[in-house]
Amino acid sequence: MDLTFTEEERAFRDELRQFLRDNVPPETRRKLVEGRPLSKDEMVAGARVLNKKGIPYWPKEYGGAGWSPAQQYIFEEEVQAFPAQTMYDFGVSLIGPVIYTFGNDAQKKYYLPRIINVDDWWCQGFSEPGAGSDLASLRTRAVRDGDHYVVNGQKTWTTLAQHADWIFCLVRTNPDVKKQLGISFLLIDMKSPGVSVRPIQLIDGGYEVNEVFFDNVRVPAENLVGEENRGWEYAKMLLGNERFGGAWVGASKERIRRIKHLAARSRAGGERLIDQAAFQQKVIEIEVQLKALEMTQLRVVANASKQQKGVQDPASSILKLKGGEIQQATAGLLMDVIGPYALPYLSEQELEDGNQPPIGPDWPPMIAPTYFYSRAASIYSGSREIQKNIITKAILGL
Amino acid sequence: MNFDLSEEQRLLKDSVERLLLESYRLDDRRKYQAGEPGFSDAMWSRYAELGLLALPFSEEQGGFSGGAVETMIVMEAFGKALILEPYFATVVLAGGVLRLGANEAQKAELIPAIAEGRTKLAFAYAEPQSRYDLFHVEAQAKKDGDGWLLSGTKGLVLHGEAADKIVVSARTAGDTRDKKGIGLFLVDAHAPGLRRRGYPTQDGLRAAEITLEKVRVDEVDVIGDPAGAFPVISQVADEAVAALCAEAVGAFGEMLTITVDYLKTREQFGKKIGSFQVLQHRAADMLVELEQSRSMAMYAAMMASEGNVTERERAISAAKVQIGRSAKVIGHESIQLHGGIGMTMEYSIGHYFKHVIMLDTLFGDADYHLSRLAKLGGLTSEQAN
Repeated sequence: MDLTFTEEERAFRDELRQFLRDNVPPETRRKLVEGRPLSKDEMVAGARVLNKKGIPYWPKEYGGAGWSPAQQYIFEEEVQAFPAQTMYDFGVSLIGPVIYTFGNDAQKKYYLPRIINVDDWWCQGFSEPGAGSDLASLRTRAVRDGDHYVVNGQKTWTTLAQHADWIFCLVRTNPDVKKQLGISFLLIDMKSPGVSVRPIQLIDGGYEVNEVFFDNVRVPAENLVGEENRGWEYAKMLLGNERFGGAWVGASKERIRRIKHLAARSRAGGERLIDQAAFQQKVIEIEVQLKALEMTQLRVVANASKQQKGVQDPASSILKLKGGEIQQATAGLLMDVIGPYALPYLSEQELEDGNQPPIGPDWPPMIAPTYFYSRAASIYSGSREIQKNIITKAILGL
Repeated sequence: MNFDLSEEQRLLKDSVERLLLESYRLDDRRKYQAGEPGFSDAMWSRYAELGLLALPFSEEQGGFSGGAVETMIVMEAFGKALILEPYFATVVLAGGVLRLGANEAQKAELIPAIAEGRTKLAFAYAEPQSRYDLFHVEAQAKKDGDGWLLSGTKGLVLHGEAADKIVVSARTAGDTRDKKGIGLFLVDAHAPGLRRRGYPTQDGLRAAEITLEKVRVDEVDVIGDPAGAFPVISQVADEAVAALCAEAVGAFGEMLTITVDYLKTREQFGKKIGSFQVLQHRAADMLVELEQSRSMAMYAAMMASEGNVTERERAISAAKVQIGRSAKVIGHESIQLHGGIGMTMEYSIGHYFKHVIMLDTLFGDADYHLSRLAKLGGLTSEQAN
């Protein structure tokens, strides 16, 4: 057992930090630090920068970096801690692995290079108004008609669909069998006639998610991934991958740094907030949990290289659970830091402008919205309760 | 970066676990606990035969040069079986003082005796008023000719009653709470002027209050610098915390296993109670705490011998905070999920509960280590990468 990084791994980390400093536009970094939304161009450019450095997790034959689990971990942590990206590009992190694992040769040949080059922005069409935690009860129908499927129905909570060129969807192709057995995995061009998008404003004031409607959308049958009616299996692998990145250790480290930085500049009761015992203790409780989560994630990553391909370590549910809890706690600490000046609300336009004089002290403007948004961390990609169900069944055998 | 045990470490783990599985069921424990000296001398001999008592000492001294990972493996197995023998007191604590502070002659005399199971030691580091401050030492050591005279009271001496020799911290200079002026003295348990009041602990082990009245100690039995022993004491304490974290993880794992088994067998309302989601999710919470604790026990083992003292103390404190917090969650939930049977002395879970709660009180509870970590500036630097 040796939990230290080797000299090569430390060198890899240093080189990576230099790469990020040299390649991530300062404006993008500043926006990410402050929690301001990025434009589509900034997101695409950011994803291209990272993909240029290398694609973690993907096998080498499909363009993956071929990094060791430790290097993959370091990459993920550094990208989050810089920060160079707040959210993974769904192409590289979600649909890519499904295509190279279950797709046919033509699909691999067409989509994988485009994903690596970020030619298309992908979004995920899984949840529906009637299918949230009970995802398998989804009702969006795809009916085979010659060389096409005809798709009708509605998806919701679709992240960044307003920017997307493609959507990967779970659709019902057989309504007459057990619900998990009648689902297929379909790739749909967002420009297809009959696709429409309606943005949903969230409680942080932003527009991250959308409803997506399908009205007699004709999708070429060649866009089916794998076999018809086996989409649920593919989705389970994808959701496992989604949770794999659910620890957000690097992002939480960065946020704690920021909390300490701001708390050293915040005065309360005549002294610096950071010097107050009650505040310090709250921060340290979280730091301890985060260190434990970091070690737990390293254990999961180290184990991943031994796992059967496409089989997810159920321990990734622990990462998602604990990672979400920590994100929520740190968002709460940010609120504690700024105190009463959490109050002023700035519209998206005012945030983008950025040239207005600050209201009150010069605190970063997105702290209350970040806190409001953080409640989603225990809801998206499998709620806290679903993660506990997974642990109960897959690990405890109850 | 790898979390795997080496071939030798796996063999060590297997052999300890096998021994305890055969000889340390709850009924065996009860029997050992009821007799004198409150644990099993036969098991002590078995540990000696397996080489466990020699584990952390260097090969020149007749040991196996085991590090913190080997100690972690053994302590985790001991936690799982809730052993009663003075391994922690003799090998981890007093043995740690010898390894880190003693001269060659002292090691040559004592380490083989420990390794062969002939001599048991204890470490009297605490006092009635010291709470968790290892530097709070009121006991005095006064120079007397070519030796020393020790006077004072030492408290909560783990397995102090069974020890043949006791390592005592006593003040040779300075005020009660000075870090300088503390010495370590090897005292024969039967020395004139030394009195022991032994008692059982809440979790079924043994400890003693020890009073010293002008107890004579020869110069050859002074361990290290008589006015500068504090760095040794604090490193031994940090290594001890790493060992306790591993012991707690062993107990936590067993507590989860016992509880899940119960959920799978107990029936109410015509169903296995493990089919109720409200109980399932509590068991899931226990698993999260167990895995977070396991991660921190590994981290503590890795950092226990770190040369940078500040980094070592940060890591050790972080681990102890995690273990202390998890002991409450896992302990409380495991009793609650059992219901009434969990409250009985007949059943196993309560014994584990009491032990992990008592582990929190050794070498600083979670709140103590939280404050220590705060004084060290926490785990995260304010500087960006």
